[in-house]
Amino acid sequence: MRTSIRRSQRLMALAAVAALTTGLLAGCAKDSDDGSSDNSGGGNGSGKGKITLTIGTFGVFGYKQAGLYDEYMKLHPDISVKENVTTRTDVYWPKVLTRLQAGSGTDDIEAIEIGNITEAVQTQADKFVDLGKDVDKSQWLAWKNAQATTKDGKLIGLGTDVGPMAVCYRKDLFQKAGLPTDRTKLAELWKGDWSKYVDLGKQYMRKAPKGTTFVDSASSVYNAAVGGASERYYDKDGNVVWDRSEGVKKAWDAAMTVATSNMSAKLKQFDPTWDQGFANGTFASVACPAWMVGYIEQKSGDSGKGKWDVAAAPAASNWGGSFLGVPTATSHQKEAVALAKWLTAPEQQAKVFAKQASFPSTPSAYPGLKPQADTTAYFSDAPLTQIFSDAAKTIPPQPLGAKDKPIDNAISDIGILQVEQKGKSPSQGWDAATKEIKDVLGQ
Amino acid sequence: MTSPEQVLARSASSTEAASGSPPGAASWRSRLYRFDMKASPYVFVSPFFVLFAAFTLVPLLYTAWYSLHHVQLSALDHQTWAGLDNYRNLWSSDFFWNALRNTLSIGVISTVPQLLAALGLAHLLNYRLRGSTAWRVVMLTPYATSVAAATLVFTLLYSWDGGMVNWILHFFGVDPVNWRESDWGSRFAVSSIVIWRWTGYNALIYLAAMQAIPADLYESAALDGANRWQQFRHVTVPQLRPTILFTVVVSTIGATQLFGEPLLFGGVSGSKGGSEHQYQTLGLYMYDQGWIIGNLGKASAIAWSMFLILLVVAAVNLLLTRRLRKSP
Repeated sequence: MRTSIRRSQRLMALAAVAALTTGLLAGCAKDSDDGSSDNSGGGNGSGKGKITLTIGTFGVFGYKQAGLYDEYMKLHPDISVKENVTTRTDVYWPKVLTRLQAGSGTDDIEAIEIGNITEAVQTQADKFVDLGKDVDKSQWLAWKNAQATTKDGKLIGLGTDVGPMAVCYRKDLFQKAGLPTDRTKLAELWKGDWSKYVDLGKQYMRKAPKGTTFVDSASSVYNAAVGGASERYYDKDGNVVWDRSEGVKKAWDAAMTVATSNMSAKLKQFDPTWDQGFANGTFASVACPAWMVGYIEQKSGDSGKGKWDVAAAPAASNWGGSFLGVPTATSHQKEAVALAKWLTAPEQQAKVFAKQASFPSTPSAYPGLKPQADTTAYFSDAPLTQIFSDAAKTIPPQPLGAKDKPIDNAISDIGILQVEQKGKSPSQGWDAATKEIKDVLGQ
Repeated sequence: MTSPEQVLARSASSTEAASGSPPGAASWRSRLYRFDMKASPYVFVSPFFVLFAAFTLVPLLYTAWYSLHHVQLSALDHQTWAGLDNYRNLWSSDFFWNALRNTLSIGVISTVPQLLAALGLAHLLNYRLRGSTAWRVVMLTPYATSVAAATLVFTLLYSWDGGMVNWILHFFGVDPVNWRESDWGSRFAVSSIVIWRWTGYNALIYLAAMQAIPADLYESAALDGANRWQQFRHVTVPQLRPTILFTVVVSTIGATQLFGEPLLFGGVSGSKGGSEHQYQTLGLYMYDQGWIIGNLGKASAIAWSMFLILLVVAAVNLLLTRRLRKSP
């Protein structure tokens, strides 16, 4: 009896070992079921053949918050809209990729982030409906359309927002450090090159108010600078050129000046400590795309009111933005296209902007844009619309590649972070990024 | 163990003896009965095995198939045969060996203190205490806390600028430590989350085993003049040996699969495990390759390497168990 118990215990242990290990492996093939595959639509009790359209999004798109779904359902009583939100893009996108390829389980409309749009264009074009013939393409900024267009001219996604860049800065801190505080004067001072912005940082640090730095992180400077380069990681023929690209080099050098000096608060964007940095006013400026304005207002809180201001960035640059695509797997293609078209129309984009400052990708919306009154007041009555639309119109088209995002991560989260937080030399940081990117590209 | 056949034989003969119905019908019914007895156990256990096959075995084999191909997440249908390329690639990859080293070192610095502390705590809880149930529940609360919530709090405690840990250290004249980016600091921080979450759980397992130790063993030890420490050392620990082995096995498996804590500790770029991959475990490396970079073939090869490593660990454990069981 004793031996048999022992054996069964051992078997149990082995079974447990096997189950646990294989569970881990299975985790990589299993798909989390969050109920978002419910696009069966029709006939759920209403009896009138009501169609349910689902839209898959990540983060906060603002459609629901701006009341657009309710409005659409009122306009189209036979349609009901349901949004399936996944918070993180790095969770959302792999899920969409596998479902697209499986040909089932996709939502009727899928949002695509700018970091994934090239991968979608190059590898998933046949899984998306060509929207080019259903819309007036001239509505959108040309560079926005170009990002979602395949080589043979198919448009797989309609532009939602864009992320034109400006510089958000603390007037009170600039003043204490003896810098100009007028937004036009500042824009004039650093006009043309992000390295001029960094030079101003050196001046700031000479008289910096105690406990403050000029900028939040070196990566934020890199990101802003590289977002306006006419070429970064890929050339227009799709070759990987990140290590000889002029845009990357200049942005890297600016970031290295920041990382090796004392002007950075050495924070990582979107960490809780970054939020605290806003609240405590530990850094005096940050390169801010339009969508970050609301974030700053929220995180800085009441104490920052009227102290923040916005100036035009040294060079036009873009960070972020998304698209809405309609997977061919949907059973309500016509209705889904109509909804995507409506949601991305200039009027609706203007409504989203009014709600949460996601900047429209449709220039015809610009003259009528009205940010919320308290947001304008928060940023010292800066002409937000003017600054961001001027930037949006002058952003150069930038070829993107399938592995753009992993390459970008390698430079920011490996290369720059090592120099900024681990005290490595710029050349060590560059080598580490190079090694990482080789691994990413499988070379 | 009694086999189903034995039970069957006994009960089948008894029904035949009891019923006086014609032999044909009886044999039909007994055959049915025999079939029922034989098949039912398998039917009853089948749900587990069906689910096991669908969600574990098939993915496991499919992952093996993937690991022998070049597969991108964005092009699952375009697989090209790679043979052992992915494995060779790992073998010569610094990132893989680094991840393996991190997994082992974080595993050791989290498991060893955790189990020692659990043993000590269980010993204390084994005394007559006022409100013992309350203490035990308190011990188990960290285990019931979600990884995400616990890690979020720990990340704040360990933050470089204004974190509580650095604030306490400054009273001892220690300069602020950049916990997330320093090599050993980050590993220690990740381990501390694991220790915090699992110590109570292991302590309760030890406690349960301790209470099954007959009191007369302690009495006779006391008669022989053993003090408390000697009793613990010579009575409690030897009696707990199978339990300790069990917790070692389970903790080792947990340590090999360490994933959630370092991922969330790293914040936005958590899958890198720090700018120098200083706390990137094998689990994180696999996640980074598969879901962030989209290199599924290589990620599958990492998964299978982990599986093989676990098999080796399990085999070592088995050998140790056998040896320890044989010794008195």
